[in-house]
Amino acid sequence: MATILFDGIAYGMLLFLISVGLSVTLGMMGFINLAHGVFAMIGGYLLVTFTGKAGLSFFLALPLIFLATAAFSLVLEGSLYRQLYRSTHLKQVLLTVGIILVAVAAATYAFGPAQQPVQLPEVLAGQVVVLGAELSRYKLFLIAVGIAVTLALVFGLERTRFGARIRASVDRQSTAEAMGIHVGRVFQLTLAIGSGLAGLGGALGVNILGLDPHFPLKTLVYFLLVVVVGGAGSIPGTLLAAMVLGIADTAGKYYLPEVGAFIIYAAMIALLLAFPHGLLGRRRLA
Amino acid sequence: MKEPPVIPRELLGAPPYLHVLRRRERWGKGEIVFWIALVAVFFLFPKNLLLASQILIAGLFALSLDLILGYAGIVTLGHAAFFGLGAYTAGLITKVGVHDPLLGLVAAGAVAAAAGWLTSPLVLRSNDLGRLMITLGIAMLLYEVANRATEITGGVDGLQGVEVGLVLGLFRFDLLGRTAYLYVLAVTFALFLLVRALMLSPYGLSLRCIRENNRRAQAVGVPIRSRLTNIYTLSALLAGVAGALLTQTTQFVGIEVLGFQRSADLLIMLIVGGTASLYGGFVGAAVFMLAQDRLANLSPVYWLFWLGLLLIVVTLYLDGGVVGGLKRLAAWWERRR
Amino acid sequence: MSAQPAARSAHSVLRTVDLCMAFGGLKVTQDINLALVPGARHALIGPNGAGKTTLVNQLTGVLRPSSGSIWLAGEDITALRPDQRVRRGLARTFQINTLFPQLTPLEAVANAICEREREHLSLLQRRLFALSERREQIDEAYVLLERLNLGPDCLRETRELAYGKQRLLEMALALAVRPRVLLLDEPAAGVPEGESDELFAVLAELPDDIAILLIEHDMSLVFRFADCITVLAGGAELVTGTPAEIAADARVREVYLGKAGHA
Repeated sequence: MATILFDGIAYGMLLFLISVGLSVTLGMMGFINLAHGVFAMIGGYLLVTFTGKAGLSFFLALPLIFLATAAFSLVLEGSLYRQLYRSTHLKQVLLTVGIILVAVAAATYAFGPAQQPVQLPEVLAGQVVVLGAELSRYKLFLIAVGIAVTLALVFGLERTRFGARIRASVDRQSTAEAMGIHVGRVFQLTLAIGSGLAGLGGALGVNILGLDPHFPLKTLVYFLLVVVVGGAGSIPGTLLAAMVLGIADTAGKYYLPEVGAFIIYAAMIALLLAFPHGLLGRRRLA
Repeated sequence: MKEPPVIPRELLGAPPYLHVLRRRERWGKGEIVFWIALVAVFFLFPKNLLLASQILIAGLFALSLDLILGYAGIVTLGHAAFFGLGAYTAGLITKVGVHDPLLGLVAAGAVAAAAGWLTSPLVLRSNDLGRLMITLGIAMLLYEVANRATEITGGVDGLQGVEVGLVLGLFRFDLLGRTAYLYVLAVTFALFLLVRALMLSPYGLSLRCIRENNRRAQAVGVPIRSRLTNIYTLSALLAGVAGALLTQTTQFVGIEVLGFQRSADLLIMLIVGGTASLYGGFVGAAVFMLAQDRLANLSPVYWLFWLGLLLIVVTLYLDGGVVGGLKRLAAWWERRR
Repeated sequence: MSAQPAARSAHSVLRTVDLCMAFGGLKVTQDINLALVPGARHALIGPNGAGKTTLVNQLTGVLRPSSGSIWLAGEDITALRPDQRVRRGLARTFQINTLFPQLTPLEAVANAICEREREHLSLLQRRLFALSERREQIDEAYVLLERLNLGPDCLRETRELAYGKQRLLEMALALAVRPRVLLLDEPAAGVPEGESDELFAVLAELPDDIAILLIEHDMSLVFRFADCITVLAGGAELVTGTPAEIAADARVREVYLGKAGHA
């Protein structure tokens, strides 16, 4: 039971890392970016390349992946996303689905259709005994990273000026602009951070979520689920939803393997009906 | 100097604004050519009738999506749910001894419509993102159910050995797909007529009002929820019939009728063809499936890549898809005369 | 409370009873008791943020009040949806043009009329037969548009019409419903001062049996049009009276910070 909880939390942390960027940018711009999983996939493949061909150390690769994915997201934003901010949600869906397809094709071409394993560094392999339970070191590491990121995000949002600008932009875009906040630039930077985190999450999750060219499609439902249930624009909400989903999914796979994904979808529909504005009820104004 | 248009007798003495409305409702030249061409395909391409049937079925499916996407503005990624329900119903009904294809269509339509009606409150209550999630979720849920219930559905291997009887007791489904094509064409045309009449009626006008300005429509007395519910139900019915047609013409039900790929392909077909035009779905289906037939076999990777690129380009630069482009071309041509 | 005109009698066509609306701790509507008789020419004025549009939204059913009730011709409509209220004869115009951009005025008005006539049309007439078969309804639409000087433009797309014409179309849509009560939310908004005469002419031509609640900032329009004025401030009713009484009331002047013209 404890292991399921532990594994669930680790899995939840992974989901949180990847989904938090999507939640904040969705809450800020109302831009439905279904291709968010592509950033995670890029992170995964970068890890494979950095630690494989380039021979870099795992720990060195991680910050590089963050930066590289963030940079890539800026390119995407400038060339494609920006044109559809004021457009219909349908067009945003179509654009981002198109991006997913291109990404899937490119990944298949570059890496082939098979799953990519990643060699973990020695220090993270194996178990460690905590309070009588044998816990995977890697998952502990994941949880640690997740907590660190959460703290950094919360601190950044609450204590820094940039964070205040983000909060203002999420809360009411038009007023923020009227106050002189350059929402476009805030959005760019937020998108970059969010995508970087997604890349990081994707890299860290290679051995748990799996990595193959169809990653963005297979995991789309999960990220959207976390964001919608947690409430777009709410970081604590996203964290809570990610934890709930992570634990529920892990428990489900363990206790009711035949039913599997069925429960997740049914639960999602039920949750969406009960909490149309997210678990913590944070309503997006405007 | 153009000849003044000939006014039909029943409109003599009618005010000009009525003429304009009537003109929009008349069958256009392009429309007549379109349907005649479809009949001609039977004679001109006897070896490709199976593919042609598939295109028509996809077109009908796309038309069903157009009803809610183009006319009501509902974005859904899970329309395959209704298609799949119809497909499986038509397949399973033969397993219990009902072989008449038309009865199969009725059953499939009824099941899909019921599902549409039951899920419409979920879909209509949410905002765009919630709707995407719910429609996606429902489709994936059904996919999982079909996946697990292998004794009934055949699971991943699909439902084999669907035996369909004679159409109207007279026409057997032959291997070349001749009966299949005419059957699909007839059903599609009949349903198309129904939809066309619906969209040109006061009801169709109220749907356009809802799409153009939801608040205003409500403020002139249009019951939004009930209108959207029944267009959603109709859309589900058509999708179910399309699925049934697929089952009946291929004698097989594959699990991918419920898959995400089918929903995504459908969306692409409709967008490429053009929404809210009734014909966009057919045009898009033809373009998509012909391209897929040629390219996907060459290299599935390239197909996916170009498809994605096409989607990006069409979304950013080609508003209204192919049909929209044709309409603009026609308008430009008219101005030049 | 100030002297109440005869409007408080039992023959009111639109009435609110202790209507209250609060968003969290913010009270935007406080114990509003409004009453309109048939044929009323009642204006609602007050500084920005006084809660006028919020009140209209509650009357039409877009917002649900926190407490209190709304009565239309003796029927409690507090729980009814907006479209249900329209069918019982309550219509409104919007402060910002809320029209159908790609539809023509003829189609927009014809839609409203067909909707109104729903019970008199058969299922086939409503759902299967073409719109152009509804000769009677379309003719009525055209006549209405003509009366509002929109005849020549009735076949152009709404988004191509000039602002003033769009404002008239707003009115047309509300009238197409054959309302018993008409709520006009700042019909003069955005109309240059010189052109408000045409607007006033339209308002003056409105049928005598319709009860009209006019929300406006344009004081000249208000004083020419209304026979009864309610002043709203901070969501509560400050005073109700004839135009002369209101003009003389010191509290009203105070609430507008001494300005007699546009607030």
